[in-house]
Amino acid sequence: TELVVAEYHRKIKEAFEVFDHEANNTVDVREIGTIIRSLGCCPSEGELHDLIAEVEEEEPTGYIRYEKFLPVMTEVLLERRYRPIPEDTLLRAFEVLDPSKRGFLTREELIKYMTEEGEPFSQEEMEEMLSAAVDPESNSIHYKDYIAMMVVD
Amino acid sequence: MSTHDLEDMGCGTSSSTKDRKSEKALKAALVIQNWYRGYSARLKARQRYALTIFQSIEYADEQGQLQLSNFFSFMLENYTQIHEKDPELVARLFGGTLQDAKDRQDYVSFVDVPDSYNGPRLQFPLTFTDIDLLVEAFKKQQILHAHYVLEVLFETKRVLKQMPNFTQVKTSPTKEITICGDLHGKLDDLFLIFYKNGLPSGSNSYIFNGDFVDRGKHSMEILMILFVSFLVYPNDLHLNRGNHEDFMMNLRYGFTKEILHKYKMHGKKILQILEDVYTWLPIGTIIDNEILVIHGGISESTDLNLLHRIERHKMKSVLMPPISVDEDHDADLRKTKTGANVVPREVKTNESPSEQLPKHEWEQVIDILWSDPRGKRGCYPNTSRGGGCYFGPDITSKILNKFQLKMLIRSHECKPEGYEICHDGKVVTVFSASNYYEEGSNRGAYIKLCCDMTPRFFQYQVTRATCSRPLYQRVNTMESSAIRILKERMLSRKTDLIRAFQLQDRSKSGKLSMGQWAFSMENTLGLNLPWRSLSPHLVTTDKNGNINYMSTFQDIHIQKPVKEAQSTLIETLYRYRSDLQIIFNVIDSDHSGLISMEEFRAMWKLFNSHYSIHIEDFQIDELAERMDLNKDGSIDFNEFLKAFYVVHKLEKLNKSDGQSP
Repeated sequence: TELVVAEYHRKIKEAFEVFDHEANNTVDVREIGTIIRSLGCCPSEGELHDLIAEVEEEEPTGYIRYEKFLPVMTEVLLERRYRPIPEDTLLRAFEVLDPSKRGFLTREELIKYMTEEGEPFSQEEMEEMLSAAVDPESNSIHYKDYIAMMVVD
Repeated sequence: MSTHDLEDMGCGTSSSTKDRKSEKALKAALVIQNWYRGYSARLKARQRYALTIFQSIEYADEQGQLQLSNFFSFMLENYTQIHEKDPELVARLFGGTLQDAKDRQDYVSFVDVPDSYNGPRLQFPLTFTDIDLLVEAFKKQQILHAHYVLEVLFETKRVLKQMPNFTQVKTSPTKEITICGDLHGKLDDLFLIFYKNGLPSGSNSYIFNGDFVDRGKHSMEILMILFVSFLVYPNDLHLNRGNHEDFMMNLRYGFTKEILHKYKMHGKKILQILEDVYTWLPIGTIIDNEILVIHGGISESTDLNLLHRIERHKMKSVLMPPISVDEDHDADLRKTKTGANVVPREVKTNESPSEQLPKHEWEQVIDILWSDPRGKRGCYPNTSRGGGCYFGPDITSKILNKFQLKMLIRSHECKPEGYEICHDGKVVTVFSASNYYEEGSNRGAYIKLCCDMTPRFFQYQVTRATCSRPLYQRVNTMESSAIRILKERMLSRKTDLIRAFQLQDRSKSGKLSMGQWAFSMENTLGLNLPWRSLSPHLVTTDKNGNINYMSTFQDIHIQKPVKEAQSTLIETLYRYRSDLQIIFNVIDSDHSGLISMEEFRAMWKLFNSHYSIHIEDFQIDELAERMDLNKDGSIDFNEFLKAFYVVHKLEKLNKSDGQSP
């Protein structure tokens, strides 16, 4: 496992450095979510908040230091926490929101669910999702096609 | 029945069913949101990685450019050998280009504008109508006739000569100023800025902070609009010199090519005059005595008082450093019995020591045009670019305090959002070429400033389609573009890379661990990239997670210009093709596109020894002879270099592939 840990360390360092714009071993706290997710983890917003609290300074500066981030992130990877959502779980989630099994959600329905339920989207997130998800002709989201398109990463 | 119906019925069902249903919906929403955020974050990370690739390679190229300048210095130092063999060659290389100031008016009047010319016709003295005329004409893809180009250039030089090294600007509550960064020949961005912010005028001031040209396809048009606007409003349109306002940079980065292509008859003359005009561009602008606007940055030794005084026009090119006449040379000088201050450069026809800046002044200007701010304290040589330095927040504070300034506004670096603030708000980067590396790579921005008010930032992005494409498509485009150039870079270092891989692969299995592969890549290429994250795009991996290190080279190769030529020779020529292009262009002073075999051989010998390339002279001779298709003793070097075209096998979907890998 020593080798595994060493490789994890390098992987984390790489991901961190790409966002370390000033090359001083810190990143803006607002980019931590992106970094963690780019390493293959899928924490919820709540879980992300907890993680940030763990790596933040005693008195939050708006920046996260690499020295604090590395051990926490290494553990996350070792424990295989926050595994990504499998495709069929995602499909079933859409189907729950579409109980009459039409095969699609209307634009308004998606907006309602995404911005009012769960951990609501910001306006920017909503617009971003709609730009790729909505079929312009029917103005609805054919979720099966959408998932198929998105999952080809 | 839907959830809505249940609610409408009110108390028709038990509340637990309703709760369960909405709990399910809540959970479903959470799943989708979680998945989407993960997906979106990975897209953004991929975008960042692509940007990092573009940037690393761009800076590595700039480093290559500076190495070339060292080559020219090396040549100068070894001038005696060249001089003996071919005195004319060196004179041609480094002699002054613009002969007489006298022949200026004569020249312009000899360039006729035919009646059949449909493009814009400027009227001197220029007025705002001419600005409008140009903008409209360029929108219709028209080209300004060489006659007007030359007139504008001559006139611009004349007016610029009267300007001090730093333009002083004052703002007032009723008069803001707009500051734009690098445009790099992207005319659409300039149009977008003018559309959003208005054309320059007496009440709408602008500062353009350098790098107007190179890379984009409309450098000439941008330059013309900016120069004409400057001539009409010399007190309201301010231009700062950037590191690309330099004839040597233009040779490599595309502007020279653009000019010779658009102006087949008069291109050479335009180039000559342009070289001169660049040197008269001011070094920077100072707003309200508190804000310094310069293209690159500062160093710990930046001395604004000195910079105010230097003769800026003697800075011909950032890449032709002056030979220093200092203590180190004194010993040698004393040996030449001719007395003090004799620099061994008599061979240069027009360039005497008094025609160049002293070394320490030259270095001050380099720092201004090439430096980058970084988070680390102190001042360090800028190793990525090879010129200027990295300066930390302490340097910023020190220099700003020393000269009683509050802020530094600079450009020179592409930023995803078009601008970036660092060093505690004291340094602002503004970059105005959106989609600089690739469509979707970054936004452009400009700043509006007015005394005492906080600066306002405006962002934009030029899109070709009427509706912008979804994020994942833009990221895909950017990413494949970045990976493509990265692979080409790997190809240009193929021999070195394979050697490095094989050193680690003791068992000759053709495989390496991720760590070994990443180490070899970084050691050989020195690009400071996240190799582990990029590996899926560059190599294949077996089921144990080991890397098949040769897999990169399987779908990409250089098309051999001549069948018999050896791979290493081809690879070397491919790697240095940009440098060779510049050297050829410098030798080919009459821009005919042809150089003689003698010139080629002489140049190659020097190049070979300076860059320590291990290619035998006879191999080059053979190659050159094959390239001299009509056997007249001259080589069309554009054809020669075009031959080094990289073939990406996977893209040749329908073409048959005859070459062996």
